[in-house]
Amino acid sequence: MELLTNQILAGIATGAIYACMALAVVMIYQAIDHLNFAQGEMAMFSTFISWQLLQWGLPYWAAFLITLILSFVGGVLIERILFKPLAHAPVLTNVAGFIALFAIINSCAGLIWDFTIKEYPTPFGSAPFLGSQLISTHQAGMIGVTVLLLIALYAFFTYTRVGLAMRAAASVPESARLVGINTSWMIALGWGMAAAIGSIAGMLIAPVVFLEPNMMGGVLIYGFAAAVLGGLTSPFGAVIGGFLVGIIENLAGTYIPGVGNELKLPIALALIITVLVIKPAGLFGRPIVKRV
Amino acid sequence: MLLKRKLLIAAVASGAVAFASTGSALAQKKYDDGASDTEIKIGNIMPYSGPASAYGVIGKTEQAYFNKINAEGGINGRKITFLSYDDGYSPPKAVEQARKLVESDEVLLIFNPLGTPSNTAIQKYMNAKKVPQLFVATGATKWDEPKEFPWTMGWQPSYQSEARIYAKYLLKNKPDAKIAVLYQNDDFGKDYLKGLKDGLGAKTSMIVAEEGYETSEPTMDNHIVKLKASGADVFISITTPKFAAQAIKKLAEMNWTPLHIVSNVSSSVGGVLKPAGFENSQGILSANYGKDGADPQWDNDPGMKKFLDFLAKYYPEGNKLDGSVVYGYGVAQTMVKVLQMCGDDLTRENVMKQAASLKDFAPDTLLPGITINTSPTDFAPIKQLQMERFKGEKWELFGDIISSE
Amino acid sequence: MTAVQEIVTEAPAIEAVPKRAMTLGAGTSLIVLALLILFPLFVKNFIIFQMTMLLVYGLAVLALNILTGGSGQFSLGQSAFYAVGAYTSAILMEHAGVNYALTLPVAGFVCFLFGFLFGLPALRLSGIYLALATFALATAMPQLLKLGYFEYWTGGVQGLVVTKPDPPEIVQSVLKWSHLKMSQDMWLYYFTLVITIAIYIFSVNLLRSRSGRAFMAIRDNEIAASAMGVDVALYKTLAFGVSAAITGIAGGLGAIAVQFVAPDGYTITLAISLFLGMVVGGVGWLPGSIVGSAFIIFVPNIAEGISKGLSGAVFGVILFLVIFLVPHGARQVAMVAQHLLGRFKKR
Repeated sequence: MELLTNQILAGIATGAIYACMALAVVMIYQAIDHLNFAQGEMAMFSTFISWQLLQWGLPYWAAFLITLILSFVGGVLIERILFKPLAHAPVLTNVAGFIALFAIINSCAGLIWDFTIKEYPTPFGSAPFLGSQLISTHQAGMIGVTVLLLIALYAFFTYTRVGLAMRAAASVPESARLVGINTSWMIALGWGMAAAIGSIAGMLIAPVVFLEPNMMGGVLIYGFAAAVLGGLTSPFGAVIGGFLVGIIENLAGTYIPGVGNELKLPIALALIITVLVIKPAGLFGRPIVKRV
Repeated sequence: MLLKRKLLIAAVASGAVAFASTGSALAQKKYDDGASDTEIKIGNIMPYSGPASAYGVIGKTEQAYFNKINAEGGINGRKITFLSYDDGYSPPKAVEQARKLVESDEVLLIFNPLGTPSNTAIQKYMNAKKVPQLFVATGATKWDEPKEFPWTMGWQPSYQSEARIYAKYLLKNKPDAKIAVLYQNDDFGKDYLKGLKDGLGAKTSMIVAEEGYETSEPTMDNHIVKLKASGADVFISITTPKFAAQAIKKLAEMNWTPLHIVSNVSSSVGGVLKPAGFENSQGILSANYGKDGADPQWDNDPGMKKFLDFLAKYYPEGNKLDGSVVYGYGVAQTMVKVLQMCGDDLTRENVMKQAASLKDFAPDTLLPGITINTSPTDFAPIKQLQMERFKGEKWELFGDIISSE
Repeated sequence: MTAVQEIVTEAPAIEAVPKRAMTLGAGTSLIVLALLILFPLFVKNFIIFQMTMLLVYGLAVLALNILTGGSGQFSLGQSAFYAVGAYTSAILMEHAGVNYALTLPVAGFVCFLFGFLFGLPALRLSGIYLALATFALATAMPQLLKLGYFEYWTGGVQGLVVTKPDPPEIVQSVLKWSHLKMSQDMWLYYFTLVITIAIYIFSVNLLRSRSGRAFMAIRDNEIAASAMGVDVALYKTLAFGVSAAITGIAGGLGAIAVQFVAPDGYTITLAISLFLGMVVGGVGWLPGSIVGSAFIIFVPNIAEGISKGLSGAVFGVILFLVIFLVPHGARQVAMVAQHLLGRFKKR
């Protein structure tokens, strides 16, 4: 029984990582109706920038804020320069573009900062949280920040004009344009926000997994899975999805005999796909009705 | 008169013949593809991209080392041309690059190709083509088979032999230990685990928990939770640097203090222990055959000084704290030694012959007392390791130099 | 004011390739064929080996073109089928001593079943969700291959070494009689070429047939297709099966050419490369498969030649240039060329 609770707690702690990433994924999906494979690499690059700022002597929160702004600007620039020209190209060509972006960012990061792991500080400290040896104060802080981000995003999308405009531009672009929304800039805004959220995710994840160019590789696929499980249209679903993926994975690895450990990721993904078959829009997503 | 003349002619003739033959004996240079009066072409395959790209720095170090040798006059007057290709840690790509090096670039030999899968993929080809596959960059145990694969030779101590040393240590010092093992689920981890179990022999039951992990996993947390729950008091970490650091950190966070043994590939002070936190790494055991660049005890060591000079002059962006850089220097130095021993006979056969006759050769970066020895029946150049314990901010070697035989 | 449902009128994610543009013209095809047959006589064995791999990956991209370009199902999991085909061939050759040529139909059949079975649960998924499911399959495959249970057959993480075949007895006696020489590489190339041509012809006919039209109807508008009486479930799973079978045969050929199979050779990177090959060649345009295959084999080498440290970045930049200039892939280039040729002829 103790092992069960321990694994669940550990799953929640790891799940916080996935939840963070999943929020960024949902953000970009809201903007462009597609998953950006390079999201993880952008988050990693942002984290490296903040690491570099810290190396140059800036205090933590200054580096954090500057990185946030730089990431936002970077996201907008990438969209304007690289993906706006592809707006009329087929969807699959855009996906190829994401893959190309992934390769470029990963390679550049490797060249600039090399592949040895680097320690990344946390503003929350690493002491056991509430005496629990399974969740450190940092991981608790990570969960807290994720929940705050979630509330902020929910408020943004539901109550602000810009947020509503973005949702309109993503789901019914023609109608949105008719009402005077500049759909093109909405997409750029979406990219910028996704990049900024990604950078927060990266800066929260790095203290746990250590900073290096390949740090986000594993996390991204879990982030996708979490976002899809929770429903790509629901930030709340993304966060719940993240925690669920973390817990499922841990329990699968612990309790499925024989192959459970070696097949943790495939089993977790298989379970997610099973959920999708039953609820195609994810646990909390809005059902999508297709018209001919 | 006639006789005198005949004798004179005979003398001159025989003198000329003698002169001609000694002349040709002196000028007896033998070359295979890739070698000439002015050049030696060496091929190499490294993962510069993909999941193992962290090891690409080994190839860069070797390139820099050969640049140094060329700047100092080359090997017996010949410059080294180092052709290093990327295989992305993918065996089919490795086969393509190996064939390119041998058939298109016509190199003399392939030196230090990295990765067990890649090397297994090209082993049969290299031996069929009779091209040396020298000083392969993997610790798998199968590179020491001169009868079956006479053209393939390893360099570093094999994973199994290192694991056996830890097993021996535990049997001697902690015979009733309960061992938990965290291992990477690939050729490295599995080979190591086998060596550990072989070393424990009849007492494999000392292992109470085994957790394999994939390199795609973001954290080690759930594995450590499970291993702690087994009640073990010894933790053996068969991990690569990033995961070793994560494990050290998690152990500290969970307040679990078993006897912690970490594999040599993750024993780098700068690459693993510093990021994980020195305060979390006290008392960790490992074994090493080379000097650690972060360790101040080698600051005045002549070999290490040469290494640091080399970095400053030829590879300034190289990180002396990175174990891979130290490794690249040592193995490149061994290659240069073998080529020097070949003299003017730069045939592939002679290269293997010289590689198989190294006696007590000590590259700058090996621990004092550890030397390289090979013979026609022994294709394992480094067989010795010394155990070390982490104290303060550096490793303290202890015990004797142990041979893995 | 949150909507309970999202109602979308979906534009087809994958665009149609007009039927007459589906293959190269007769003339161009003959020229390409002649080139493919004659060139091995003039180049070194290593180049022949590279060309064999070009054909092998070309087959895999072709299979993906049928699945994604033909029936509109987005798959990032082809590496799984490729691996199954490769291992089937390798296991049959090394453990059961089966002749290499006979392993290919078996690999194809096994992969057809596998693809068909995977296609069943995938019926309910589409677009991004299907992509995730196939991605999951591709990530699972290397780990399945490493499983301890199968280690005796698969060689586990160490993989299996495969013996390279010699030209068969008949061919060898013909060669001896005509005083010609043929290396193992050359024989393997011609063997692969024959199979590639056969599968290409089969695929073109498949896409032109009734089944092909069913695929394309599903791709363009699934709901409308089912309303018109197309058995969507059958054709979707059939597409998966056929695509998997062809990829499996490619995998088998690849295993024989490389002479080695290991889990590390069949990772998600391979699936992504095949996907890129399809996009660069032109989605749904079968002749483009070879162009796509050439891109994924040679451009990384070129990128490495330009800069070793930044080889990934250079590759990404080249890829971006290609998709900026020709968003529809090589098909667009061929269309432009045809257009120019037409104008030239008119003069």
